[in-house]
Amino acid sequence: MAKDLISTLSDLKEEESLKIVNDRLNKGDDPLKILDDARRGMEIVGKRFASNEYFIPDLIYSGEILKGITEIVKPKLSATTGTKRAGKVVFGTVAGDIHDIGKDIVVFMLDVNGFEVYDLGVDVPAQKFVEKIKESNAPVVGLSGFLTLAFDSMKQTVEAIKDAGLRDKVKVMIGGGQISEDVRKYTGADAYGKDAMEGVALARKWIGTN
Amino acid sequence: MEKKWEQLSSEEKQDILFQKWLSPKAPDGNDFKFQSNEAGRNYKESITRIKDAIQIKKLPDRVPTFLLPSFFPAYYTGSTPRDMMYDYDKLYAAFKRYVLDFKPDGHLGAVMPGPGKFFDILDYKLYSWPGHGVSPEQSYQCNEGEYMKADEYDALIQDPSNFFTTIYLPRVFGVLEPFQMLSPVTGILEMYGVGINFIPFGLPPVQAAYKALFEAGSEVLKWLEVIGTWNKEITELGFPNIIGGYTKAPFDTIGDTLRGTRGIMVDMYRQPDKLLQALEIITPLMIKMGVGAAKANGHPIIFIPLHKGADGFLSDEQFKTFYWPTLRKVLMGLIDEGVVPFPVAEGGYNSRLKVIGDLPKGKTLWMFDETDMTKAKEMLGKITCIAGNVPSALLNLGTVQEVKDYAKKLVDTAGKGGGFILSNGAFFDHAKQENVKAMIDFTKEYGVYK
Repeated sequence: MAKDLISTLSDLKEEESLKIVNDRLNKGDDPLKILDDARRGMEIVGKRFASNEYFIPDLIYSGEILKGITEIVKPKLSATTGTKRAGKVVFGTVAGDIHDIGKDIVVFMLDVNGFEVYDLGVDVPAQKFVEKIKESNAPVVGLSGFLTLAFDSMKQTVEAIKDAGLRDKVKVMIGGGQISEDVRKYTGADAYGKDAMEGVALARKWIGTN
Repeated sequence: MEKKWEQLSSEEKQDILFQKWLSPKAPDGNDFKFQSNEAGRNYKESITRIKDAIQIKKLPDRVPTFLLPSFFPAYYTGSTPRDMMYDYDKLYAAFKRYVLDFKPDGHLGAVMPGPGKFFDILDYKLYSWPGHGVSPEQSYQCNEGEYMKADEYDALIQDPSNFFTTIYLPRVFGVLEPFQMLSPVTGILEMYGVGINFIPFGLPPVQAAYKALFEAGSEVLKWLEVIGTWNKEITELGFPNIIGGYTKAPFDTIGDTLRGTRGIMVDMYRQPDKLLQALEIITPLMIKMGVGAAKANGHPIIFIPLHKGADGFLSDEQFKTFYWPTLRKVLMGLIDEGVVPFPVAEGGYNSRLKVIGDLPKGKTLWMFDETDMTKAKEMLGKITCIAGNVPSALLNLGTVQEVKDYAKKLVDTAGKGGGFILSNGAFFDHAKQENVKAMIDFTKEYGVYK
């Protein structure tokens, strides 16, 4: 029996998911409807991660399955219709630090929770954050860092945002391996998150979505 | 009659290795000369303290202290991480000063920065290092990637050494790319075919790679001479190096170095059997690596940095299936040979405490970073010595009083009844020197067992 994509994807069944997508496309199903189901499947993955049912490997694998689905569906899309997003967040690992796993998890969780995330990557200079905030008008900025050197880069980034006259327009969250309340104070950020879910909760609080 | 090594129990083997560490020899075979009687006494007292904490048979005289920095000695002495890798005089001075100024019972030696020029010569890709991919003022950092592709498990499983030589090395050292052309040495068998195997050595690109290797090797020797002199002087002054060598958890060997985090995590789903098989193949190699180093250096403690088994990185089930079985085999393989495995659990290990408790008593030393030490003591205190977990953020941004309070709490809880070594939790770069000093000095004073 045909299972639905939402459950096969959220249960991390790669082959079944891809088969369902192919079958539905062959039957002439609307590609946008397929992508919407995939998005709902990923939402469930995010919820399971938040409730400690899923862990990093499960997130990464779900992302791989989604990539496979998108590759099949994309060529069939006539026009790209953007889905409505909860709010914008600029995100990156700060200058001098090239660690990406923690950042990628928070970006993933923000994304499946409906935020539009501008992922600037790793080793991001303060000025690049400033430019992206100006360009996107995002009200929330996330600074990630794993090393103790990131404390200074975070502080410098917050200062650069301030110098650009944007400090009142954005809320800044920080997170990463050795981050604590002391580090938050030191950097001048508004809050820190111990894990990805705290990051999502902060973004929700600041942007005012449920 | 003296028993042969194979006939000894693991306890007896461990005692012999501790004895070797306690009574170092000079290169000529005579007894090692300390700079003073006091230095000799300090050296032996520190090791005895560490040994008592590890074996948990006898209460040590006080809580031992470790100081395990990353590039902290560079910043502390006003140098840069780049200096530590390229200017061996500065390396020598900085690491000497950190040991002499803080006087921990155990230090890490001076090998951590590594010889910068060696990495330049071979065009190392796995890491970016100060002045080469990251700024001269910053620590080296790993460039994770798929240095082994998803479909290469069979090649690794069938012949790990040949895989490393002809596939892995050419990918992580730009200059060794021509090693792809080498034939497996196991094909060198009989008169009539033997010569064919040597064709690659006649080819100019392979010859150029070997030339670079000779140059790289010479650079490592130059560096090693400095390290050797450093070790000798610091030992003469009475400060023991706590690392006799290192090895890794098989899951991290594949996950950190070969497949990368993403790669190995997806393999857990797409090709679990191949991954499990590869982990088993890697296991005896990791045992041999640790045991070999311990015997060569006459030192029982083998450092094992743990990465991808931390809280959140794997589910319980995944940890028990993919991570722990082969790590436990490595630990037991070392223990059987009298070696004391020193796993350093970076991140949190709260969800793993029950599983890792399945080990014999008094044979390991577990260092924790963000793990709840009260819980760790409660769950593991009867079987293993635990070490750690003064946070990097506290050392960097806290006050002296806060550091003392933290250390006091650790001594009172994790230190109760012995089996505890106080140390920083993660290898740190930046810290206030007064905080580092407070951590060590306070513990020496407050951590005395009565």
